[in-house]
Amino acid sequence: MFGKLTWDAIPFNEPIPLISALAVVLLVGAVLGWITVKGHWPYLWREWITSVDHKRIGVMYCLLGFLMLLRGFADAIMMRSHLALAHGAGQGYLPPDHYDQIFSAHGTIMIFFTAMPFVVGLMNFVVPLQLGIRDVAFPTFNSVSLWLTASGVLLINASLVIGNFARTGWLAYPPLSELKFSPDVGVDYYLWALQIAGIGTLLAGINLVTTILKMRAPGMGYTRMPVFCWTALAANLLIVAAFPVLTATFAMLLLDRYLGFHFFTNEAGGNAMMYVNLIWIWGHPEVYILALPAFGVFSEVVSTFSGKPLFGYRSMILATMAICILSFMVWLHHFFTMGAGADVNAFFGFATMIIAVPTGVKVYNWLFTMYGGRVRFETPMLWAIGFMVTFVIGGMTGVLMAVPPADFVLHNSLFLVAHFHNVVIGGTLFGIFAGYTFWFPKAFGFRLHEGWGKAAFWCWLVGFYLAFMPLYVVGLMGMTRRMQHYDNPAWVAWLQLAMVGAGVILCGILCQVVQLVVSIRRREALRDVTGDPWDGRSLEWSTPSPPPLFNYAVMPNVEGEEAYWGIKQRALRDGLAPEPRYAAIEMPRNSPTGFVTAFFSTVTGFALIWHIWWMVIAGLLGAFATFVWFAWRDEDEFEIPADEVARIDRERRRVRQDVLLPSLGRPA
Amino acid sequence: MTAADAAVRSPHDPHKLGRARERIDGLPKDAGRGQGGPAPKRIIIAYGFWIFLLSDIVMFSALFAAYAVLQGATAGGPTGRQLFNLNNVAIETGCLLLSSFTCGLMMVAAEARSVLWTQLGLLITGLLGLGFVALELHEFADMIGQGAGPQRSAFLSAFFALVGCHGAHVSCGLLWLGTMMAQLLAKGFRPTILHRLMCFSLFWHALDIIWVALFTVVYLLGAIR
Repeated sequence: MFGKLTWDAIPFNEPIPLISALAVVLLVGAVLGWITVKGHWPYLWREWITSVDHKRIGVMYCLLGFLMLLRGFADAIMMRSHLALAHGAGQGYLPPDHYDQIFSAHGTIMIFFTAMPFVVGLMNFVVPLQLGIRDVAFPTFNSVSLWLTASGVLLINASLVIGNFARTGWLAYPPLSELKFSPDVGVDYYLWALQIAGIGTLLAGINLVTTILKMRAPGMGYTRMPVFCWTALAANLLIVAAFPVLTATFAMLLLDRYLGFHFFTNEAGGNAMMYVNLIWIWGHPEVYILALPAFGVFSEVVSTFSGKPLFGYRSMILATMAICILSFMVWLHHFFTMGAGADVNAFFGFATMIIAVPTGVKVYNWLFTMYGGRVRFETPMLWAIGFMVTFVIGGMTGVLMAVPPADFVLHNSLFLVAHFHNVVIGGTLFGIFAGYTFWFPKAFGFRLHEGWGKAAFWCWLVGFYLAFMPLYVVGLMGMTRRMQHYDNPAWVAWLQLAMVGAGVILCGILCQVVQLVVSIRRREALRDVTGDPWDGRSLEWSTPSPPPLFNYAVMPNVEGEEAYWGIKQRALRDGLAPEPRYAAIEMPRNSPTGFVTAFFSTVTGFALIWHIWWMVIAGLLGAFATFVWFAWRDEDEFEIPADEVARIDRERRRVRQDVLLPSLGRPA
Repeated sequence: MTAADAAVRSPHDPHKLGRARERIDGLPKDAGRGQGGPAPKRIIIAYGFWIFLLSDIVMFSALFAAYAVLQGATAGGPTGRQLFNLNNVAIETGCLLLSSFTCGLMMVAAEARSVLWTQLGLLITGLLGLGFVALELHEFADMIGQGAGPQRSAFLSAFFALVGCHGAHVSCGLLWLGTMMAQLLAKGFRPTILHRLMCFSLFWHALDIIWVALFTVVYLLGAIR
């Protein structure tokens, strides 16, 4: 009846997962109870859960990413504190079986469910606004993408309390991940959670590629798009080209595990090395899927807070697209030690080093943008500067490991772990935080508290260096990754220092939580009245904060690079442009399709993990029924009347005229 | 340019891009390209669907790559040459190529807004697709019956996964096709129905293209090796 699922799946004898799971369940239960008591469900259902508005979906993606950052960080600090204790006679507090699950879950969650939702969320929110349009190409699919990602999140967190998670590392290399060596449900949780979330990501990628290539506002040619849109285009092209490979690779491993195929087994001609190749053909582009949008954020932030157009705009585009293409030509550098031979290793070593060139172009462009500018050191700019310093260090250690002979020494050591945290935290995560602070007022109509933001930045920066520089050192001293216990007394002090660093990062995260709470409580004082709190340069700052459902009452007419900067300067010189003629606007209707699809995919995924076959069939039938029901809908758009559009836009124009322009130096 | 000229021209040049703009279906001719503003909905849908098809083809390429790596890994079991029945495959190919042709005719009928011929086109396409799937299942059952199932060797794993993935796509296409027939019956030629028929035919032709690659790489090369 319930397949492999029995009461044994609940870890009654393991206090750590049990208690943390209970705490999570109680917390989620309390939140849901509070929503029910307060009667917020109709509002949430109407305005958020069924919303197909790209802004709302972007916000929900970011919220998901932030929650999973907390989960992933809990894993991180457990590992660091365990390793500070587990040397010599000390055994630490995590048994090997649990420790292996924690490092696997940490990597999986941080990449797939923290960084990805955050990056996709920022792109979702910002790209249509920057392009001057009203929504993405396929709004309902956008909602489906979000909820499929949430479905993956739910499954991976269910593994905390029902059954267990993979003990295979975040990429589940076979033969360890094959049924023979991982017979329980851990790897299945991993695979199905990522398959479901992966489909969501693929749909999001298709959506944004189509949006950027086919739906820009009039006049917004390719060489007038903000650099963030370019990096989003590159990242989403990478999603479209790379995620199907991940899907196929996981499908092969699933066939091995469920139907006894021999893709990657040790027997019958299976080839485990092929998995490693395939997974990194996805994996390396994935690095740039996360990094490129962050580069885009920094481009916007550095230019805005330096009060200058971005230096080398076109070289930035070229660098972005060069990285986009090169990212598919370097995957083998993740396993030089496989033994592909000197020629192959040399090719991939050189290809890897070449990627440093466009990346270097970008760094110089940011520096030259700041040069001669009037730099304002507000929180987003601090993240950007912290990024530049940190990322360059991480990039250099990367180039070091791109030398195959050096890599033979450093492969799978903590030096590598320090390197990729150096680029992912210093690059992607700092970019996410910069973007979060930068666009928060656009999303909610008030700024984040500056003091707590700065405190968070300094804790993160200092904590990062304290936590990861020691790992470079122990890596060079020979410590390999994924060790649950060690005997070398020389490492102890370094790992304890790293533990302190993790503690400082914890302070940073707490500062961010406090910042959010304080900002919400003081939102009146932090209110962004003008819609242009940073003296911005791209179109999103021409809308009110938060923007109306339709973003733009009249589609903007783009006449050059930095569309909004041009409009603003003209308004400062000649006053606002004459009032346009307002027309009714068609907007897509809300739809529960995404939520319902995700419900059925969660059911199906859970049933597949536990081999509950009748439930698999029920889930698939439900998903098909949802699809037909969605297809049967007659009305998929509704009209916002011209009067309503005019009323909203006149208010925006009034604020521009009376508040924004005078504040920028034009007499009212 | 006289004022009268400007007055005539201005509705065609609402964004003052400085060139006369021909209009098609009420939208500028260059909509969706360069500085021409958003493309019409039909183009956006087809474009997005093309991107999806490309991603699907990328997924197949991973399976093709796996097949290419593993085709020699027969683990002492049967090879493709011993297993493949080219007559059967020729009939399968005929069914699928013919169904692509009828699918094209179905789209012609849809353009002409003929419900009867469109439904007939869909029906014949579906029957040919069904024939293809039936032949493939028969082939699979036969192989498994001979002890040449996917568990036998890595080569057979890759074969069943690659060919089966295509077959699963065709089966999903049939499900979609049936749904479209019901929708057309219930709703007639609305714009959304036409968009979906267009996407369906793109999907169906793409599966044909994948089959051509599959036929060549798996069956033809397999039979001579």
